[in-house]
Amino acid sequence: MAKYIGKRLLYMILSLWMIVTATFFFMRIAPGNPFASEKKLPPEIEANLNAHFGLDKPWYAQYWEYLVRIVNWDFGPSFKYKSQTVNDLINEGFPVSFLLGMEAIFIAVAVGVLLGIIAALKHNRWPDYTAMIVAVLGISVPSFIMASFLQYFLAIKMGIFPVARWESFMHSVLPAVALASTPMAFIARLTRSSMLEVLANDYIKTAKSKGLSRGVITVKHTIRNALLPVVTYMGPLTAGILTGSFVIERIFGIPGLGAHFVTSINNRDYTVIMGVTVFYSILLLVSILLVDIAYGIIDPRIKLAGGKKGE
Amino acid sequence: MNKRLSIFFSMLLVLSMFLAACSGGGDNADGGEKGGDDGEKSDVPQELRVNINTEPPSLNPGLAEDATSGTVLRQILEGLTRIGKEGKPENAMAEDVQISEDQKTYTFKIRDAEWSNGDPVTANDFVYAWKWALDPANNSTYAYQLYYIEGAEAANTGKGSLDAVGVKAVDDKTLEVKLVNPTPYFLELTAFYTYLPVNSKVAEANPEWATDAGENYTTNGPFHLTEWSHSDKIVLEKSETYWDAESVKLDSIEMIMINDPNTELSMFDNGELDWAGAPTGALPTDAMQALKDDGRLVTNPIAGIYNYKFNTTVEPFNNVNIRKAFAHAINRQEIIDNILQGEQLPAMAIVPPSMFEENEKGYFPDNDVEKAKEYLQKGLEELGYKDASELPAVTLSYNTSEAHQKIAQAIQDMWKQNLGVEVTLDNAEWNVFLDKVNQMDYQVARMGWLGDFNDAMNFLEMYRDADGGNNNTGWESKEFQDLLAKSSTETDPEARQQLLKDAEAIFMEDMPVAPIYFYTNNWVQADNLKDVVVSGLGDVQYKWAYFE
Repeated sequence: MAKYIGKRLLYMILSLWMIVTATFFFMRIAPGNPFASEKKLPPEIEANLNAHFGLDKPWYAQYWEYLVRIVNWDFGPSFKYKSQTVNDLINEGFPVSFLLGMEAIFIAVAVGVLLGIIAALKHNRWPDYTAMIVAVLGISVPSFIMASFLQYFLAIKMGIFPVARWESFMHSVLPAVALASTPMAFIARLTRSSMLEVLANDYIKTAKSKGLSRGVITVKHTIRNALLPVVTYMGPLTAGILTGSFVIERIFGIPGLGAHFVTSINNRDYTVIMGVTVFYSILLLVSILLVDIAYGIIDPRIKLAGGKKGE
Repeated sequence: MNKRLSIFFSMLLVLSMFLAACSGGGDNADGGEKGGDDGEKSDVPQELRVNINTEPPSLNPGLAEDATSGTVLRQILEGLTRIGKEGKPENAMAEDVQISEDQKTYTFKIRDAEWSNGDPVTANDFVYAWKWALDPANNSTYAYQLYYIEGAEAANTGKGSLDAVGVKAVDDKTLEVKLVNPTPYFLELTAFYTYLPVNSKVAEANPEWATDAGENYTTNGPFHLTEWSHSDKIVLEKSETYWDAESVKLDSIEMIMINDPNTELSMFDNGELDWAGAPTGALPTDAMQALKDDGRLVTNPIAGIYNYKFNTTVEPFNNVNIRKAFAHAINRQEIIDNILQGEQLPAMAIVPPSMFEENEKGYFPDNDVEKAKEYLQKGLEELGYKDASELPAVTLSYNTSEAHQKIAQAIQDMWKQNLGVEVTLDNAEWNVFLDKVNQMDYQVARMGWLGDFNDAMNFLEMYRDADGGNNNTGWESKEFQDLLAKSSTETDPEARQQLLKDAEAIFMEDMPVAPIYFYTNNWVQADNLKDVVVSGLGDVQYKWAYFE
């Protein structure tokens, strides 16, 4: 196990290096610079700025400097937001996105799995159809439509929740639901189809003929095996949701990390682009690793260390 | 692993997720609701809630370079002058201003005022702030706003010393400023944010004074900076030590940062905001008509222009008659009525009507198709073409945005209908677009310009030199340059105004730019909110605002 994790960590560092390198070069190839605006700067001042931020150095020097910064976990100042460093932006934005994301994941997993199980157990009967209609709606309605819809009915018309902002638990409900709707639907469909597959297996019949109760069969034999695809999906979902959604955060005015992914690129805010990319990549790579480890726990047939006999 | 144990752990995980989600949100629950009225002055709470769209990039006046930062700074810091309710500069930190005979030396007497930490406001605070911005080491991108001061440009570009800059504290309360040219709008400039003072004692002790609210952020304006939670909100509270505190009626201002026009309007409709729309936020374009029909929409012209620039170095736009033909063949009113819907003013001139009143009419009639065809014919002959179809392919460039695209499509259609010219549209992301325009890699390109100060010079001088940073058309004219040069040494305001008008006439005669419309600000505000002052440049001030 330790050897396996060590090997995986090595690969992770390699992937991270590739991501950083690709981002660095794509970013520099893109036309424009952080100081571009409708009102052009006097050339002396622009040269001065470039020198201050080290943009006048040759690319390899900048690239090396950047790698050193990542290793030290110090991404430097933001070009645009002069009162904050990139580390500040991440440290302030991530907890907000994380909290919202956790809420959304909880809703998505709890409701999604429940719907999927109900649909599978009542296969081809009305609960199945209802659950799947909800799922199809969840997948096909984009989150920003869902968000405006929730805002309009639950906040403006019925006045149950505030329209936007990030102040209290009540403020977080609508964005969490809007954020959860697509993954929830996806999880419901995944659970349903893998449940149906598992239910058709011989060992379920065996369990039934052993005289086990329906509840025990469902919980102990079916769900556990049916959840594997859901766990696979959880890795990228977690990384994606925890780092925040640009659209949802914008609509609900949430000061999370999501906005920086898009605005930093528009602003050519080089340090922020690199900072959030590295941060996201690490989160993604770690959550994929955690998922792989979780496989082994849920399904003992999957051996992570490649079996002891071969050693 | 034991099966039960694994189930237990997975349930624990789910439970902890649930708890994390609940408790985290709950922590903030108490901070959300503000206590109601205090019942002292009137029973209406004097608490304003506005949206400022985004995090202000910097609240250091020397580094600020955008409207959002300007909006916050204008409420908390006060310069030598302030633009009054009527749009004219009034004495603010300056109690008295003496202007020399040649209009090149200004002597300001600083009033007895205090910073929020009790330090007195001195002439040195201005000297410090201005020199700090001009110091090349501080990388201020807006330092060129100070170039009117003697020696400022040389110091900022590293060709001169900061000591040679013409700003001096004669004593604690007397500030002497020497200018390069007589600048009739200098007292407007001293209200602009780059000219705001900085508490030199605090700033010298702590260079990072402007990054957060707190004891280091000292203010001398109508409001204090009480809270700055980045990317979320800014809270300002009334300053009791402000010299004109009696005029200030609001107790607090909450500035939130929501960058979505639909949400902004929904929050306004739901009573969570007292103001939605310009100048601090934006309204969704598809809601404009409904708001207008309800009679709720407020429209205010501002000094800004939306242009189509021609690249005068390439065919066919190197020909003045072709440029005129394209400029005449645009139905501006139709674009305003059907696309923009914000009661903008059709622009047939380059200087906004707030500066030159007669520009409401402009130099030529809107949508003059007959004239356009004549110009086209003349242009074609001069270039040696028989027919419009022989013209080189014309491309219209704009940066990606829904409104720009709709306008470009409408104009593409007008040029096809009126002139028979096929135009291709080309949109690019903002930075890519700017790069193309700056490198003159375009034929026709959209550009906007918002005035920094209330003077025609601001809209003309960018076209002085063909290689000037904001010209981008390749056009220049000796006559135009001479008139601008003459205007900057002219001390008689009337004569100066005339020189600038003559310069504009030359510009319009050559038409390197087809003006489209003059900007307006559109917003909705709470019925009982009074006296929020929005200037002709679109700058908002809450100093006099109150709720009835």
